[in-house]
Amino acid sequence: MAAADTSQPVAKAAGENLTRGRSRGRLRRALGTHWYAWTMVAPVVLVLGVIIGWPLVRGIYLSLTDANERNVGRTIGANHIEATYEFIGLDNYTAVLGDPVFQQRLVWTVIWTVACVSITFTLGLVLANMLNRSFKGRGFYRMALILPWAVPGFVSVFAWRFLFNRDNGILNKILEGGGIAGVPWLDDPTWAKFAVITVNVWLGVPFMMVALLGGLQSIPGELYEAAEMDGASAWQRFRHITLPGLRAVSMTVILLSTIWTFNMFPVIFLLTRGGPGDATEILVTQAFREAFVESPRDFAGSATWGVLILLLLMMFALVYRRSLRKQGEMW
Amino acid sequence: MTTAETPAGTAAGTTAPAAARRSPRKRGERSPLASVGLHATLVVASVVAVFPVLWVLLTSLKPADQALTTDFVKDTTLDNYRSLVSDTHFFTWFGNSVLVAGITTVLGVFIAATTGYAVSRFRFPGMRPLMWTLLITQMFPVAILIVPLYNLMGQLGLLNQPLGLIITYLTIAVPFCAWMMKGFFDTIPVEIDESGRVDGLNPFGTFWRLILPLAKPGLAVTGFYSFITAWGEVAYASAFMVGEENLTLAGGLQTFVTQYTSNWGAMTAASVLIAIPAAVFFVFAQRHLVAGMTAGATKG
Repeated sequence: MAAADTSQPVAKAAGENLTRGRSRGRLRRALGTHWYAWTMVAPVVLVLGVIIGWPLVRGIYLSLTDANERNVGRTIGANHIEATYEFIGLDNYTAVLGDPVFQQRLVWTVIWTVACVSITFTLGLVLANMLNRSFKGRGFYRMALILPWAVPGFVSVFAWRFLFNRDNGILNKILEGGGIAGVPWLDDPTWAKFAVITVNVWLGVPFMMVALLGGLQSIPGELYEAAEMDGASAWQRFRHITLPGLRAVSMTVILLSTIWTFNMFPVIFLLTRGGPGDATEILVTQAFREAFVESPRDFAGSATWGVLILLLLMMFALVYRRSLRKQGEMW
Repeated sequence: MTTAETPAGTAAGTTAPAAARRSPRKRGERSPLASVGLHATLVVASVVAVFPVLWVLLTSLKPADQALTTDFVKDTTLDNYRSLVSDTHFFTWFGNSVLVAGITTVLGVFIAATTGYAVSRFRFPGMRPLMWTLLITQMFPVAILIVPLYNLMGQLGLLNQPLGLIITYLTIAVPFCAWMMKGFFDTIPVEIDESGRVDGLNPFGTFWRLILPLAKPGLAVTGFYSFITAWGEVAYASAFMVGEENLTLAGGLQTFVTQYTSNWGAMTAASVLIAIPAAVFFVFAQRHLVAGMTAGATKG
């Protein structure tokens, strides 16, 4: 990593720790050497602290209370009503974790995430490999294939809702034209799950493809030439040169896309509103529903779901990092 | 082993058997069958990628009462656009979105740039925790911050105000921008900083006069990313903004297609108007976008 050690070199700093002399003198010296860096990061630390740190702490606190629409402090006209919610410890957590709804949501969220990420990655990899060859019309295909990425997500989701329309949507029109009965895309639990995954894959493939294409182009061509000299088949070249060469990029995009998909709010919320019934509700949309859709609004319950989601994701990230480290990856 | 006896020597000897084993095609060439397969797959994929967008575009040009028919070249009309502009709050929503996304971008990039530079160039106490915080906050589900932020905005009287949404969007934009900017600053040679220091500039001067101008592409891409994120955000916008004239585009579009009514004409026309500017910007930025994202994430 390129770094101009305009501040203290790390080794020197470590050496200084040995002489644990006057701490005030050290503080002053640290300020003297690091104040540039600290001043530069101060705005972000401030922003993170105020608009992320504080709400986070408060969210965790809310999850330990019985706060809802009726007992939080609010102002109606000139009257201010004091908050009357109380601290109730871990009751929300036992309630949520003991509720079969949590398990249902968790299972579906995991299926949704695994399905979306694996299909997106596979399609992205196939298309990237194709686009990495040289042939006529490559630029055109490339532009066509990244188009879904260029359209704002919520617009695409509405476009798909239009296509999926049960009675008059183009997809069912095409099916019926081919003599097949139309499919209740968004009205049947199984088809709705299929539909949300389809849309999310459609949205996700361009990013995956372009990222992997970048990875492919950074693999030196000599490796392929050498392998061909040695008589390696196309599959062997893919298996032993392409895949290892893509490792770093793959690991990153898989991690990113797992986190994004796990928290993918707009696709589900705008396409099915979690329905039909609650068939496509994932953890994030459930948390939103608790606080902003259902009445009375259950702020404490929503915060509890939020904390649980965060814990799950952090666990996932830790396990992922550990498994990478075991395989000798730097990250 | 005829080649071994020729005077051409060993160099030819190593390549000739390999060449003989392979078909007479040159390296990188395909059989006609493989070529057809390649193009067929790509054509299918392209159609799947383009069709939904194209269909919406075509539908927006049809009279509203024919929105759900399959014939699309019969009567082309701009009526949907006309009624969208005159009968709905589309331009108010558009303005709200531009305002919110624009200010978020400027603030976010400005705050994040200095941090990106500091973590790229200096080793200072607190740097590793900061990097970790930036990374972890990207995992935060909207669900954990939305209720506290909602209550906070309520107390400050910022619900239904663009300012409230701007502050909220900074929670998304700032960590990611800082992370991406670090990746860009890492690609600028350290020698430039050093020469600046030799010329008597302090780190702020070096950053402002030398490095920031060089990082313009990075700033543009980061700015573009935060603009698009804010432009397309749904959850906070749906929860914080109510009332027709306060909505942003994401909320406004929802009013066209509710559970009970579907104004597909207005919806498709609005979709096209929202997508075109984003798509045009995007085409220019996409190459750098991926480089920035993956570089920031892999180099750590």
